Amino acid sequence: MDPIEIRVPHTVQRPQATTNHGPIAHSLQPIVTGTSVVAFKYKDGIMMAADCLGSYGSMAMFRDERRLLSVGDSTLVGMSGDISDYQHMKHTLENIMTQEYDMDDGQGLGTKSIYKCMSKIMYNRRCKFDPLLNTYVVAGVDGGDKFLGYVDLLGTTYESPTIATGYGLHMAQPILRKRVEGREDEITEEEAVAILDDCMRVLYYRDARSFNRLIRGKVTAQGVEITEPYSLDTNWSFAESIVGYGA
Amino acid sequence: MAPLLEPSTGFKFDNVKRNQQLVHKGHSLPHATKTGTTIVGLIFSDGIVLGADTRATAGSIVADKNCEKIHFLAPNMYCCGAGTAADTEFTTNMVSSQLALHSLNTGRESRVATAMTMLKQYLFRYQGHIGAYLVLGGYDVTGPHLYTIHAHGSTDKLPYVTMGSGSLAAMSVFESRWRAGLSREEGIEMVKDAIEAGIFNDLGSGSNVDVCVITSGNVEYLRNYARPNERVAKEQAYKFAPGTTEFVVPKPATQHSEEEGTAMDVSA
Repeated sequence: MDPIEIRVPHTVQRPQATTNHGPIAHSLQPIVTGTSVVAFKYKDGIMMAADCLGSYGSMAMFRDERRLLSVGDSTLVGMSGDISDYQHMKHTLENIMTQEYDMDDGQGLGTKSIYKCMSKIMYNRRCKFDPLLNTYVVAGVDGGDKFLGYVDLLGTTYESPTIATGYGLHMAQPILRKRVEGREDEITEEEAVAILDDCMRVLYYRDARSFNRLIRGKVTAQGVEITEPYSLDTNWSFAESIVGYGA
Repeated sequence: MAPLLEPSTGFKFDNVKRNQQLVHKGHSLPHATKTGTTIVGLIFSDGIVLGADTRATAGSIVADKNCEKIHFLAPNMYCCGAGTAADTEFTTNMVSSQLALHSLNTGRESRVATAMTMLKQYLFRYQGHIGAYLVLGGYDVTGPHLYTIHAHGSTDKLPYVTMGSGSLAAMSVFESRWRAGLSREEGIEMVKDAIEAGIFNDLGSGSNVDVCVITSGNVEYLRNYARPNERVAKEQAYKFAPGTTEFVVPKPATQHSEEEGTAMDVSA
């Protein structure tokens, strides 16, 4: 007997019995990456720093990569992780800010709104098993309150007076916790710059994917300012006393 | 032809496949007690300061809240150990014995380079399977010396070193503050701060800070130099007042009369 031909509308998708490609798997490895971002609250607002390196694996490929971004005029976002996913997020945020501007309703998007927006984007992508392979640090002065938050590729969020990503988590965070926690409202700008430079110096010494060319951003009630790239002084004099590795 | 003999020293790996099969079937292998750990050493103007935390972990449980990680090697030499606790303990004990014998043999005070060489040659022979990560420091006739020794047998000779899971937190303290020619107080303070950075920022390290200061002809072993995690006094008294629990006085059991029951038949 001939098999009965079942007719269905052509819009219905029928499972492909012949070719089974298996589950769709998106790439989970970052290609061009940025390393740590370090940020903390101080008296006038929040200060943040990141180096200017885009690493291609272990190669120092792009040496003028800017990983601090100003969103609107009151929010500073720092990124570590995959650069291409960062560029996608950057375009998305720019589109959102443009739409907000077009609405022309006398309101802008504050830091907390941008933070919320980014965390939903990140969590949504994680749920689809197609994450943006980044960790973001979002900082701003929102209605007089200093805000500093963290969002990562899993959609994990938290706020803290001190935040560091990547290697900074292991090496800069202990320094920040000792020197900043509890004193956020006392630290002057000069001291804040000194603390940040100390952290970035330690990271330059001990992170094998770092670079001695960094930018520093600060966000205060007056707005966002990002410096031009600069380098830190380093001290290698201890090496004079070292001979060999053993006897 | 002589039969192929098994080597008399070194590890035998005969059970590896069996163990893999057991894990595959669902058995869990026992966890070695690891030290988690933050251990550090630095050279100051007059000698060496060694430091260590005091937490020993078995997986994610704290096995020992106040263990000693600074091991005696010789009267002028101490060794901090990270990695597998049994390995660091037995390795340092073994080398300590060897050093004592060697010192009697030569009639001289042991040198730090000797201990380092003994340790590295032993660990290299076991190809990293003995999980001992050590910070060795001492003061001999040639001056103060500080070494790190890794489980695979590599050594580094440096003026300041950190090892263990808290090594990055401790190194951030050293990298921002160490300089040549520190005073004794500065050295001890820096070591204490480095270990505390490990204790508070690394989950594998915790409890107290042990410090050991080694100078020419003198060693000060400062056990529990700092105790930043003392248990606080209980806020209330938790004893129950007498009479809290009601109980009923039981009636005395009734005595059974002796005629009841038949005697046991004991006739043969």
